[in-house]
This record gives sequence, C-alpha cells and structure tokens, in this order.
Amino acid sequence: MFQPESEAMERSALEALQVDRLRTTLERVYSAVPLYRQKFDEAGVRPADIQSLDDLRRLPFTVKDDLRAAYPYGMFAVPLRDIVRVHASSGTTGQITVVGYTKGDVDRWADLMARTLASAGATADDIIQVSYGYGLFTGGLGVHYGSERLGATTIPISGGNTKRQVQVLKDFGVTGLGATPSYALLIGETALEMGIDPRELPLRFGVFGAEPWSENMRRQIEETLGIVAIDIYGLSEVLGPGVASECLHKNGLHVNEDHFIIEIIDPDTLEPVPDGEMGEVVFTTITKEGIPVIRYRTRDISRIVPGECPCGRTFRRMQRVSGRTDDMLIIRGVNVFPSQIEQVLTGIPGVAPHYQVVLTKRGVMDHVEVHVEVAPEIAFDEVKALEALRRTVAQEIASALAISIDVKLVEPKSIQRSEGKAKRVVDLRNEGGTA
Amino acid sequence: MVEQVSVFLENTAGRLAQLTRVLGDAGINMRALMVADTSEFGVVRIICDTPRRAAEVLDRAGFGASLTEVLAVEVPDRPGGLADVLDALQSEGINVEYAYCFVEPSGGNAVDILRVEDPQRARLALERAGIRLVDGSDLYQVD
Ligand SMILES: [Zn+2]
Repeated sequence: MFQPESEAMERSALEALQVDRLRTTLERVYSAVPLYRQKFDEAGVRPADIQSLDDLRRLPFTVKDDLRAAYPYGMFAVPLRDIVRVHASSGTTGQITVVGYTKGDVDRWADLMARTLASAGATADDIIQVSYGYGLFTGGLGVHYGSERLGATTIPISGGNTKRQVQVLKDFGVTGLGATPSYALLIGETALEMGIDPRELPLRFGVFGAEPWSENMRRQIEETLGIVAIDIYGLSEVLGPGVASECLHKNGLHVNEDHFIIEIIDPDTLEPVPDGEMGEVVFTTITKEGIPVIRYRTRDISRIVPGECPCGRTFRRMQRVSGRTDDMLIIRGVNVFPSQIEQVLTGIPGVAPHYQVVLTKRGVMDHVEVHVEVAPEIAFDEVKALEALRRTVAQEIASALAISIDVKLVEPKSIQRSEGKAKRVVDLRNEGGTA
Repeated sequence: MVEQVSVFLENTAGRLAQLTRVLGDAGINMRALMVADTSEFGVVRIICDTPRRAAEVLDRAGFGASLTEVLAVEVPDRPGGLADVLDALQSEGINVEYAYCFVEPSGGNAVDILRVEDPQRARLALERAGIRLVDGSDLYQVD
C-alpha cells in the first residue's frame, strides 16, 4: 500500500472524514459555483443541512450536460489563476467538457495514481511504460505522475507506433505497462509478429482502463503478455484515472473513498440501492478544488462488492463496470442490464457469449426470450444434453437478472451481427409483438 | 469405431432440406440420416461416405457440425437383430444413449449405429457375444 494510513483506515474514522470533507466541499461550491447555488436553492437544501452521509441523498445530481453547458470554465470553483492544468474529455456526442486542476489537485492525483500502481504490485524499483495517450486525455499524464510519485522509472512513450512500443518494452527492461486493454493486446500481438515472446520479457504487471473490457479479455492479455492485468477506473469529470483500482485479488476495484463518495442509484427512481445491488455509479468529490462535482451521474453500471478484501484495504470495492445506463432495460419493473447476460454465458461451457434478448408482450406481461448460440466447438449429438444445457442457461440467467426468462438455443453464428457486434436487444413490446 | 456427423439444427421450416442440399451439392453420399428433435431444435445424425469433409462443408455453409464416434455393428436383417445387440450390452450394464439402423443396399444385412457411454467396454461386450463390429472403412472412405 502506498498510503496505508488512508487506504486501511478504520471505517468509522473514514466516514467521519468523508462527512467533514463533504461539508467543506459543499460550502465551497455553494459560494463559488453559480450552478450549484441555483441547484441547491431549487432543491431547498443548504450545505449546513448535510450532517451525515445519509443526508447526501437530499442533494441534487450533476450530469454531463451541466458540464457541457458550463463550457469551458463555468463550473470551476477557483479563479483561473489558481488552475495549473486543464484536461478535456472528447465528447462522442456533442461538445467536449473541460476540467481544471489546482496545484493541490495535481498533487493529490499523483498520490492516488501512486496508490493505483502500488495496488498492482508496483514499487520504486519498477520501470513503467506509459502507453496511454498524453494530452487533453487524462490517461497518459495521470499514470505518469503516479509513476513518478511512486519513484518508479517512468517512460512517457504515449500511444501509437506499436513496433517502437515493443522495442522499448524489450530494450528498456520494462516491468510495468499502462495502456488501454485493447492497446495492450495489440502490443502483445505485435511483439509476437516481430518474433518477440512478451512472456519472456521482465514485464510483470499492467494497469488497464479507460474502456470497457471483460474477464475473457483479461485472461487473453495475461496469457499473451505473461503478466498480472489490473483493472483501473476513473473519468475526467471526477478526476481521471485514480478514482478506483483493483488490488491483486482482482475482485472489484477499491474506491479511494477518502477523496470520493460512491453511491449506487437506481437510474429509474434515482434512489440509492443497497450494497450489492446493480445500479448507476454516482460520485461526489470531497477534496477536489478546481472542479468539484456533487453527485455526478457517471452512467456506468456497477455494484458494491459486499464484504472485506483480504488485502487489508478498507475502501469498498465497485465491481468491474458492466455497461452503461443507456443500455438498461426495464422488464416487469425490474432494471435489467443485458451485459449481465454475457457475464453469465462466458461461465457456461457449451454456449457462445453471443445472445439476443427478444422482448414481447404475453397478455399484459412482458415476456423475455433469450436466444443463445451453442458453441461451435462442442459436439452435440444428444437432445438430452442440449435440453440440460438450455435449462442451465435459463436458470443461471434468471438468477443473475432476478426475473424469469425463456431460453432458446440457436445455431452457431446465427445471431445477426452488425460491424462485428451482435444486436443485443429486440424490443417488440410496443409493436404488438406476442410470443 | 465409426464417425458420425452430428449437426445442431433449429426447428425452422426448410432447414433440414438446406442441410441435405449442401451435402448433395458437395457430392456427399448419405448412408443414413436420423433426426432427434424437440419442438425447438433438433440433432441430425448422419452416416455418410466422407464424414470429415461433410463436417467441413457444413461448417462452411454455416451449420454447427461436429464428429461423434459411434459403434457400428452388422446384424442379419431379420426380426430381433437389434434386440440381440442391446441384450449383449444390457447384460454388461452398458447404457445406450441412442441407436438407429439402416440396411446396406448391396447385401441383406442391417447396420446398427450405437452411441454408448463407454465405447471400449461396449466393444468387448459385443465381441464376446459374437457380434461383428463394423469399421469406418467398411462404410465410407476414411478421409
Ligand atoms: Zn483488495
């Protein structure tokens, strides 16, 4: 642990610290950011009303559109002369959003990224290649500052020129890699094409994030590169990388709760859900100075992993992000995230992780049929075995989604794909579709 | 042992016809075809002259085809022929998952195809009962 006095803090002390920092943050944004003052006034809540973590739910949410509307500096909570760095997130839809960091923010960010690297097993003895892009994107500089803070030898190679990445990886004796997971795989495959087996290099670990990835992809990266692959999480509106990170137990990402308060809410009712239940991740920053965010809705879907982690960190863990609220379905009043189906299917031999959810009405009730491709590499010559497989799939999906469903086994590669991705949901409920 | 082509098929109209058309167009000659199905899907089992090529051709045409090892025995084409075979296995406690038979056009003998849990033990049991096992090379070109 890089900062055990914080990362392994007693829960009660941590919660007291959170309340304290939250109240300071609320006072600051209420007086410095017109948008927050207006939102709080509309909600009829004053910073002084917030006395506990439970009171957090009385505060209004912040969304991406608030940041867009405030472009570029409208939500900064300090004068621009106190901002020493600016990053921006590229908007795939619409305007980019700008975030600013004070000297103190940059300093704390470096600590948080040093924690992240340390939780992947890094020490000052490591040589870390930063293959995230440098620039307005937070990935490159985020990992860079963390690596230097940890005292590791830092190689600011940025993204691109993959053959040179491989050459540096090999010649510089790199032991740790920071990259997006897909780029890490490309580096591995390029190495193999160049006749270099990455498993024989000193490379030992990697911190990967900034895009969604699966357990399958983790296995693939770990096998190709011969490393431990750690999932890291962050978003520029909240900080950048350094918000949460897996430890070597790889069972959920510890949220740096002394700097961020995490909530999981039902994206429909906007009410917090109990620990363990899936929902939308919401963050409140409690130490940020440049651009604090209050109850920022990330649109990422996750849940709190219940229980304590054997690593000794007391920070709660969020499960690997499994989708976006944009993909959410409401079936018989239950929120369902199709990506959960994929997680179930990857664990069942005999079926491919390709599926399609077909929604129809049966009377007034929603009816769900999940089409699942049988795996092409498995020999099926018995109806009995297929029936058993169908029942297993149905039971596993039903228990993961908490709704009853029907499963139909379909032929390999028969679910239509567009641009390599299968169309996951066919909703016929409002088109008179019946089954 | 004999190689059987097994294909997972959805129960949609014309799908079986498509499958046989693909094999026919590739010049593959079927000796036996047996369908086991439910209301939603079926499994098609095929004995043909070039099983490996058949599986490849079907794969390329978008069918989920695979090869399954089955036992084949030759019995006289008369009542009770299959019963003798099943008795021989039963007496040794060997379960038969499924069985079907077809008649060789050239001779008067029938060929029984058997899918059993433990092919090695089944083989021995049948040999002891004096039942002739048929090899792949007796039925098709080994490809
Ligand atoms: Zn841990």
